[in-house]
Amino acid sequence: MSYPVPTYKKLPENVQPRFLEDEGLYIGARPEVPRACQNIMENRLLTQEPGRKWFGDDGRILALPNPTKGFPSRPPMLTREQDIKAELETLYKKAVKYVHRSQHMIGSGDPPGNFQLDIDISGLIFTHHPCFSREHVLAAKLAQLYDQYLARHQRNKAKFLTDKLQALRNAVQTGLNPAKPHKSLDTTQKAINEYKSEIRQTRKLRDAEQEKDRTLLKTIIKVWKEMKSLREFQRFTNTPLKLVLRKEKVDQKADEEAFEAEIQAEISELLEEHMEEYDQKMEGYRAAYQQWKAWKKAQRAKKKKKKQAVEEHPHGEVEQPCPGEEPVKPVPPEPTDRALVEQQVRERAARSRRRPGEPTLVPELSLAGSISPNEQCPRAEVLRREDVKRRSVYLKVIFNDKEVSRTDSRPLGADFRVHFGQIFNLQIFNWPESLTLQVYETVGHSGTTLLAEVFLPVPETTVVTGRAPIEEVEFSSNQHVTLDHEGVGSGVPFSFEADGSNQLVLMTSGKVSNSVSWAIGENGIPLIPPLSEQNIGFRSALKRADAISSIGTSGLTDLKKLAKWAAESRLDPNDPNNAPLMQLISVATSGESYVPEFFRLEQLQQEFNFVSDEELNRSKRFRLLCLRSQEVPEFRNYKQIPAYDREIMEKVFQDYEKRLRDRNVIETKDHIDTHRAIVAKYLQQVRESVINRFLIAKHHFLLSDLIVEEEVPNISILGLSLFKLAEQKRPLRPRRKGRKKVTAQTLSDGDIKVLVNVIRAYDIPVRKPTASKFQQPARSSRTFSEKRAASPTTRSPTHSADYPLGQVLVRPFVEVSFQRTMCHTTTAEGPNPSWNEELELPFRAPNGDYSTASLQSVKDDVFINIFDEVLYDVLEDDRERGRGIHTRIERHWLGSVKIPFSTIYFQAKIDGTFKIDIPPVLLGYSKERSLILERGFDAARSLSAGSYITLFITIEPQLVPGESVREKFDSQEDEKLLQATEKFQTECALKFPHRQCLTTVTDISGKTVFVTRYLKPLSPPQELLDAHPNDPQATAELVARYVSLIPFLPDTVSFAGICDLWSTSDQFLDLLAGDEEEHAVLLCNYFLSLGKKAWLMMGSAIPEGAWYTERNTRLGSHEAWGPTAYVLTREQSHYLIWNPCTGHFYGQFDTFCPLKSVGCLIGPDNIWFNTQRYDSPLRINFDVTKPKLWKSFFSRSLPYPGLSSVQPEELIYQCTDKAAAAELQDRIEKILKEKIMDWRPRHLTRWNRYCTSALRHFLPVLERSRGEDAEDDHRAELLKQLGDYRFSGFPLHMPYSELKPLTEAVYSTGVHNIDVPNVEFALAVYIHPYPKNVLSVWIYVASLIRNR
Amino acid sequence: MAAAGPSVFLLMVNGQVESAQFPEYDELYCKYCFVYGQDWAPTAGLEEGISQITSKSQDVRRALVWNFPIDVTFKSTNPYGWPQIVLSVYGPDVFGNDVVRGYGAVHVPFSPGRHKRTIPMFVPESTSKLQKFTSWFMGRRPEYTDPKVVAQGEGREVTRVRSQGFVTLLFNVVTKDMRKLGYDTGPPDTQRASGPSPPQGLPQ
Repeated sequence: MSYPVPTYKKLPENVQPRFLEDEGLYIGARPEVPRACQNIMENRLLTQEPGRKWFGDDGRILALPNPTKGFPSRPPMLTREQDIKAELETLYKKAVKYVHRSQHMIGSGDPPGNFQLDIDISGLIFTHHPCFSREHVLAAKLAQLYDQYLARHQRNKAKFLTDKLQALRNAVQTGLNPAKPHKSLDTTQKAINEYKSEIRQTRKLRDAEQEKDRTLLKTIIKVWKEMKSLREFQRFTNTPLKLVLRKEKVDQKADEEAFEAEIQAEISELLEEHMEEYDQKMEGYRAAYQQWKAWKKAQRAKKKKKKQAVEEHPHGEVEQPCPGEEPVKPVPPEPTDRALVEQQVRERAARSRRRPGEPTLVPELSLAGSISPNEQCPRAEVLRREDVKRRSVYLKVIFNDKEVSRTDSRPLGADFRVHFGQIFNLQIFNWPESLTLQVYETVGHSGTTLLAEVFLPVPETTVVTGRAPIEEVEFSSNQHVTLDHEGVGSGVPFSFEADGSNQLVLMTSGKVSNSVSWAIGENGIPLIPPLSEQNIGFRSALKRADAISSIGTSGLTDLKKLAKWAAESRLDPNDPNNAPLMQLISVATSGESYVPEFFRLEQLQQEFNFVSDEELNRSKRFRLLCLRSQEVPEFRNYKQIPAYDREIMEKVFQDYEKRLRDRNVIETKDHIDTHRAIVAKYLQQVRESVINRFLIAKHHFLLSDLIVEEEVPNISILGLSLFKLAEQKRPLRPRRKGRKKVTAQTLSDGDIKVLVNVIRAYDIPVRKPTASKFQQPARSSRTFSEKRAASPTTRSPTHSADYPLGQVLVRPFVEVSFQRTMCHTTTAEGPNPSWNEELELPFRAPNGDYSTASLQSVKDDVFINIFDEVLYDVLEDDRERGRGIHTRIERHWLGSVKIPFSTIYFQAKIDGTFKIDIPPVLLGYSKERSLILERGFDAARSLSAGSYITLFITIEPQLVPGESVREKFDSQEDEKLLQATEKFQTECALKFPHRQCLTTVTDISGKTVFVTRYLKPLSPPQELLDAHPNDPQATAELVARYVSLIPFLPDTVSFAGICDLWSTSDQFLDLLAGDEEEHAVLLCNYFLSLGKKAWLMMGSAIPEGAWYTERNTRLGSHEAWGPTAYVLTREQSHYLIWNPCTGHFYGQFDTFCPLKSVGCLIGPDNIWFNTQRYDSPLRINFDVTKPKLWKSFFSRSLPYPGLSSVQPEELIYQCTDKAAAAELQDRIEKILKEKIMDWRPRHLTRWNRYCTSALRHFLPVLERSRGEDAEDDHRAELLKQLGDYRFSGFPLHMPYSELKPLTEAVYSTGVHNIDVPNVEFALAVYIHPYPKNVLSVWIYVASLIRNR
Repeated sequence: MAAAGPSVFLLMVNGQVESAQFPEYDELYCKYCFVYGQDWAPTAGLEEGISQITSKSQDVRRALVWNFPIDVTFKSTNPYGWPQIVLSVYGPDVFGNDVVRGYGAVHVPFSPGRHKRTIPMFVPESTSKLQKFTSWFMGRRPEYTDPKVVAQGEGREVTRVRSQGFVTLLFNVVTKDMRKLGYDTGPPDTQRASGPSPPQGLPQ
């Protein structure tokens, strides 16, 4: 059944299907019907009803557009669905006042007052009523006219205008004959002209008024005559109206004279006027005539020319004179004829004015007439009168479209007057919107009809009862009434004439006399609701509207324009409507006005301030809240700001205020040295500005800051993950998964731990036997281990024979201290101990602020100290032995490794073997080199002459290191150069993404600078050059040492990991602090000036303080190497790599070189990127001339443009004040001694002066030798001097920056921890000053125990 | 101190995460936590919790009922940072991976009493169609780095979200000393002594 129906069957024959859609007509989406169903339907329709009305033009079944909507229109059912009992729950809702119209409602918050409106309806007069007889109509008309007359008479405008005219004429007269000569002629003339024009206008007005008066009088008389004739005609009287015309005699002669004088004056004025007009016309005529004449002349000349032209060129084209341009010859105006004017004036006077000598007519209307009684009237009239009697009228009072009351129904009087005399007191609640009276008429006992509605104005607020006048309000109705008696009806034409011409159509109309006013309360207060703001605003806006429109909107801003407009339009200054405008104008014209030049946005702010600004600023709580929201460091994490001012202590602000105060004051207390204090202050300010920039940047969010989303996988990862689906859920050899990184902000105290895995150490110094001088030391003082060896014969100077195999040489353990928390391992034995222990140290962020910025600025170090545990027998008596163990444990510091927390934070884990920082002199211990050699360790390591420790340090949980701020710095470099750098860098990154490539850096002011500008030969201090005049290598080493003595301050700490700032060498020397780049730049510049070939080498190295050995590269990955800067120099035949921060140098093939990879070399005029296969310095060729190995930035295609250096011309070195250094030395010594005493609160600290002075002598020697090869002499000397003391101590050396690192270093040695009862201490400080205030600090700290 | 009046006010909230309407999903569980300002501190109760997994009811309501209790007390000196409860709902997708089904937050009601709140829930959208597919496929839908993001306004302009369903919460709120500290949060009808209502009648 479902085979498709061919189209031709569905369409009329020979008709092609027509597709409306193709013709661009809209066709709605048809509902989805399966094709099969459609076919079935079509077949059925064709067979059942062969008619084709079911099919459209396109041969398909007609279908309406799809009625289903694409979206639901039903509102979501939130609560109803879930809460079945919603219908049963009763909700309490407070009753709400019904607000009729809110904007006119008396403010809902106001206490509802007792407002009252009094409406006094005294009566009603019909000026027309259907029951009026003809006489009534006339009487009403007469009464109306008489009222009009009375009103006009009272105003007497004609008289007023006449007087005014007279006054003006007088003024002109006096003006023409000036009695006041001081007035300038100009002004008088102007005034006279003005008067004249006014006279003209006044005269016209007066004439019009007089004419109106006269016409009115005539009409009154006419109507009265008509009435009289009507009364005579109908032989009865209906109305008591009676008009009496009273004649008033006038003095004939005087009147005539006045009349004539008036006429004459008028004539003369008119003549004058005409003369002026004539003059003007004459003027115009003359001008026109001149023009015409000129034209004529020109025309003549043209004609002449034309003639000539025609003669000359008979066949040439002739200029056509323009038709229509010919002006008409002007006609001179005619002078005025006096007789004519006089005639006109007289005619007008006759028309409008009383003739001279004529008596004045005064009409007087009275109700003295008698009305004919019913008996004398015809039947129609009697019917009318009865009809009138049946009628009665009442009024409804409608307030805001609601009927509030109605009057009594009163019968209509024969005179069509109704007296009500009722007063309605409306107690109102809403602001009156409308007030309406409806007039209803009742005829007999039949229905009531609404005659008309009378709209009463709502009274002004000033109108109160007792003062309100009775007003008459007219009304009219449009109903048609035809009556079958004498009444004329309403809306029906009727006529007074017998022939029915001159038809009149009168409508029912009348007047209601009433008064509306506000009532007065008992205490005399008017019961008026307060006007709502909107009403006032609207009204005042209306008042101002005309002024604004007449001067244009811009005029409002220009008061002068407004004043001009006011002067021109002659506002009545006494009209109260204009009062605000006049005041404004008076201010504007007086010149005292202050027109502000600004536009205030929040001019009402003052209104809304609930306390004054001073009071607000005084509030401590408000201040605290403000400071916190500004993220001021001191208050950023302030919690629980107290609820009251009084609970906030003043001292909360003290630190902050002090910091603000001290911003420019140099505080010397913490820094001892003023110069360094200044530098610290400067660094602090730079840091603050950078942090501020960082804070702003922190509030710009990226999607990745908010949402964790998987990267779009490429096809290989997708494939892998598909493969992963088939993978075993729990493989036997699980792969290591990366730890989940934790965003810092969710952390709190105690969540973060620093894990230190101490694995093993190599070549720990071993104990030395006590010197041979004491062959028989006291038994108790012998070390425990020695005792066990118990062989005095072994005390020979040869080391190898000292210790038999199996004897304990050293018992080292490791103590890790971080943020003053200590943890230590167990004690191991021997110089190559293995601990394999994990130590866990809690981490506490400053101020509990675990934000990334705060963590980045943590300056704490992890100290890893290696101690030797020495056991002493304290047994006093040998006889006790065997019954108890009496030993004392002593710990001897051997060395330390210091790792900054920031390094751990940024690199997530630190894994490697580090060189232990062992003091140059370690009394009582020695490195057994020969021994090790004998034991067959590789030669290379023994050469390195150091001790090593293998550590693995990480943070648990792993923290996400902060990203650098996404910021582009502006630059003064050439745009082309910058583009080239970008291109160079992307090219390099494509090939070797892990190699460092540096082209531009950020200088200290935040600008991008091309890096080669930093390199320039700069000479080192002369003092250093003079030291070794003949040994260039020694000089180079000294220079390197000098550079390394400048304190190291990583950028990441000072600038919170935001950006790497490069300071120039002079800035670096001024600041006396910088990171490896600054050190490297300075060293490179020195080498350049020494005539060496030197490059800045950017690459990766083991973090500062860390030291890799070759055998541990398996463990170490690239991650552990930090990017750094070294200096490369070329000697005669080989290359040297200098570490600028330590001053050490390495040969190119030195395996102990901490530099692990080389990214690029930077010279003063070019940058070379390493394109060799390897990047280890051991395996690369440093010959930068080979383009295959080194890709240079400036090449033939981009030649070096000769960039000027950012470095200064030369560095100026002041000699450091020796006395100041000595003073500093004393102070440091004193402070350190106090510190040591503080650290031993429970013990007595004795100082051995003798030893101290001995140490003090020794320190300069160390400085001279740079801590090398002095041990043996020193030991000998010390032994000589301190023979009967057991001595343990060591010198510490560091560059001087501030006091804190020194105390930390002394603390970390743990010298103060000795609590042997009779211990004595020695501490000596030596400061060696180098030029430019670079100080090398040596601290010798020792403990002495007297041998007994 | 008692004489000087209280220096903190207390806000006690108890109630429960009642139920959810997620027409498309089943077997959901939810986590809640509170986000509050710096001047707030929890004094008692649990600030966060994780509910059991619930399946849809078999009746027409298809409700996912947890009835997971909330009971926590805060103290504060400042209404700024009024606590918000942040809800996140999780459930398995077709492959069995736990994915987020909705985030939502609402302030704890200010006025004391019993309040019922229905929070519309939403999830962040993938940045592209392809990512949408891969995230669906791999079961790693985009998530907020921290659910507490939905309680703050800063940085939201970079995200796009899709509505998911509704969670109904019931709060019983008790406050202490707020009035004494000058904060009036009670319902309006208990505040003002209701005086005689003004004459509403028509004038006579």
